[in-house]
Amino acid sequence: MAWDAVELAPIVLVTGAEQLLAERAVAGLIAAAKQRDADVEVTRLEGAGYVGGTLLVATSPSLFGEARIVVVQGVEQANDELISDALAYLDAPADDVVLVLHHGGGQRGKKFLDAVRGAGATVVTCEPIKKDTDKVAFAAAELRRAGRRADAAAMRALVEAVGADLRELAASCAQLVADTSGVIGADVVNRYYGGRIEATGFRVADAAIAGQTGQAVALLRHALATGADPVPLVAALAAKLRVLAKVAATRGRGGAAARDLGLAPWLVERALRDLSRWTPEALAAAITAVAQADAEVKGGGRDPVFAVERAVIRVASAAAS
Amino acid sequence: MSVWDDLVGQEAVVEVLRGAVADPAAMTHAWLITGPPGSGRSNAARAFAAALQCLEGGCGDCLACTTALAGTHADVTVVATETVGIKIDETRALVSLAQRAPSGGRWRVILIEDADRMAERTSNVLLKAIEEPPPRTVWLLCAPSPQDVVVTIRSRARSLALRVPPVEAVAALLVSRDGVDPQVAAVCARAAQSHIGIARRLARDPEARDRRAQVLAIPAAIRGVGDAVLAAGRLVEVAQAESKAATEQRDAQEKTALLRAMGAEGAATLPPSLRSQVTQLEKDQKSRATRAQRDVLDRSMIDLLSLYRDVLVVQLGAGVDLVNAGQADQVAALAASSSPEQTLRRMDAIGQTRTRLAGNVAPLLAMEAMTIALRPQG
Repeated sequence: MAWDAVELAPIVLVTGAEQLLAERAVAGLIAAAKQRDADVEVTRLEGAGYVGGTLLVATSPSLFGEARIVVVQGVEQANDELISDALAYLDAPADDVVLVLHHGGGQRGKKFLDAVRGAGATVVTCEPIKKDTDKVAFAAAELRRAGRRADAAAMRALVEAVGADLRELAASCAQLVADTSGVIGADVVNRYYGGRIEATGFRVADAAIAGQTGQAVALLRHALATGADPVPLVAALAAKLRVLAKVAATRGRGGAAARDLGLAPWLVERALRDLSRWTPEALAAAITAVAQADAEVKGGGRDPVFAVERAVIRVASAAAS
Repeated sequence: MSVWDDLVGQEAVVEVLRGAVADPAAMTHAWLITGPPGSGRSNAARAFAAALQCLEGGCGDCLACTTALAGTHADVTVVATETVGIKIDETRALVSLAQRAPSGGRWRVILIEDADRMAERTSNVLLKAIEEPPPRTVWLLCAPSPQDVVVTIRSRARSLALRVPPVEAVAALLVSRDGVDPQVAAVCARAAQSHIGIARRLARDPEARDRRAQVLAIPAAIRGVGDAVLAAGRLVEVAQAESKAATEQRDAQEKTALLRAMGAEGAATLPPSLRSQVTQLEKDQKSRATRAQRDVLDRSMIDLLSLYRDVLVVQLGAGVDLVNAGQADQVAALAASSSPEQTLRRMDAIGQTRTRLAGNVAPLLAMEAMTIALRPQG
């Protein structure tokens, strides 16, 4: 179930690493519970500092029989006492209680989560939003909830500028809603968030491998300006080129050989697309240039920034040639 | 029997050291023993330390000799490192140690086996202590060449250069000391290019010979850029596996010992107060694994260099013995398919990769650039 479609159920499990969505899901549940019964008693518990028996106290019948909602945060850090209390509760849930368990992602407590799912809990997943298209959809939904609209170029500019962190994206949407009126255009977004692009090493590498020298260098400058270190930038270039070379080596030998590389299928497909632009000689030149840059950013040269920029230009021009 | 027995083909140096033990006028307070890897630098230094402690000038049998050779003599401090460098804190302790009189023996010997692994800052700590030690303290520093230690240390020590021992002498040592078959000994001594330690491992461990053969087979297997990248991946994987095998068991033992010493053995979660010590241990172990991996890769590259040296010998018709006599076919094939200029360029690329690896470049990337340089070029 998605975070914005939550419904009250005796046991609700909120999982996923995206804190913002999980917080909203929990807030939505509490609001729904208040709507059903204005006198609902809200109890919040922490997984890490849980003291044995607290859950039992919070869920046992109360004197005036009001409804209760118990929110347990941080199940991923739960101690053994919480796990055993919660398991005992799953066997005998109380009638007028909504128990919300929030697990912030990770492998810890997996067995417990499986038990909760097995007990028929409603599961709300709040996984991080990674793809740009999904981020655009998220921002559009944010604006729609506030009764506003933005054109496509504005959405793209907004995600480009503040899309790295979902919370920041949500806050930016809220600010645009509060400060402007009418349909939000690209010029409005540029006025508020212009000149800011969150570039990661992999975006720089993607642009360089696509042979877009200008864009690659611009992204590189943005990445450096927002605090990226030259060393991981070079590592990202090297990793991309490595995949290209590996896929090129197995290209003629069919799908089975490509699977032996231990690469994800989408990675192989993408590399095959990229390879149409690359010759073996260009690949050799690019890897040699990146190796030289790695030596230079680690103390072999005077200026690490210059070294990585030269590597980006060399890779991009090798791809373009 | 004498402490000098294991020093092969170093008669000149042994003569100087013997003289220093026998004649106080020929003795000095600091020695810098240099020589190519495997020529027996640390062995020479240990033998010298033993001879200094021995009442008979190095009999090789008495308690002083055996303990000094084993590195357990109370007045012989051996500083060696299994990580990438000697730490500055370790050297600070040596400064005060150097001021103490020898407890029972005749000299206080401080032997630094990897003086080239001291950063300049670290070496500077020792300058004063090496320049004017107390009368009965002697410093022995070992390094591949005098240029590997800072000039201020070099000028304070008497330099003594070991030479590359002749192949025949190394083979004879393998036969006499380790009981290796003379024919195998000759092949291994040649393949190890007179590096005594490596020759010994090749002679005694068939797996090491196999690994070497595999490394030497790489150039023939590289047909294009893709193959080169895959070959580099395999080289690094093998190095990782080898270093893991060498360190894993010991890491686990050390951790168990530390936990037992702290009384936290078998605890499900470690109390926060003890965590920092375990973290420190793990950091040291990781540093050791890095060094082990680099050493393995460096050895592979030396093997490859020897192969291309042979190729060059054939291409130029130099008429000297091949290092890799067992791989004569490969050498001939490579020699026929490339020009001497290309061979030299490839050797340069291997040498550059060795420098890069020492400069902390990502091993996989460095090896990829190297194997790409080795691919057949038109």
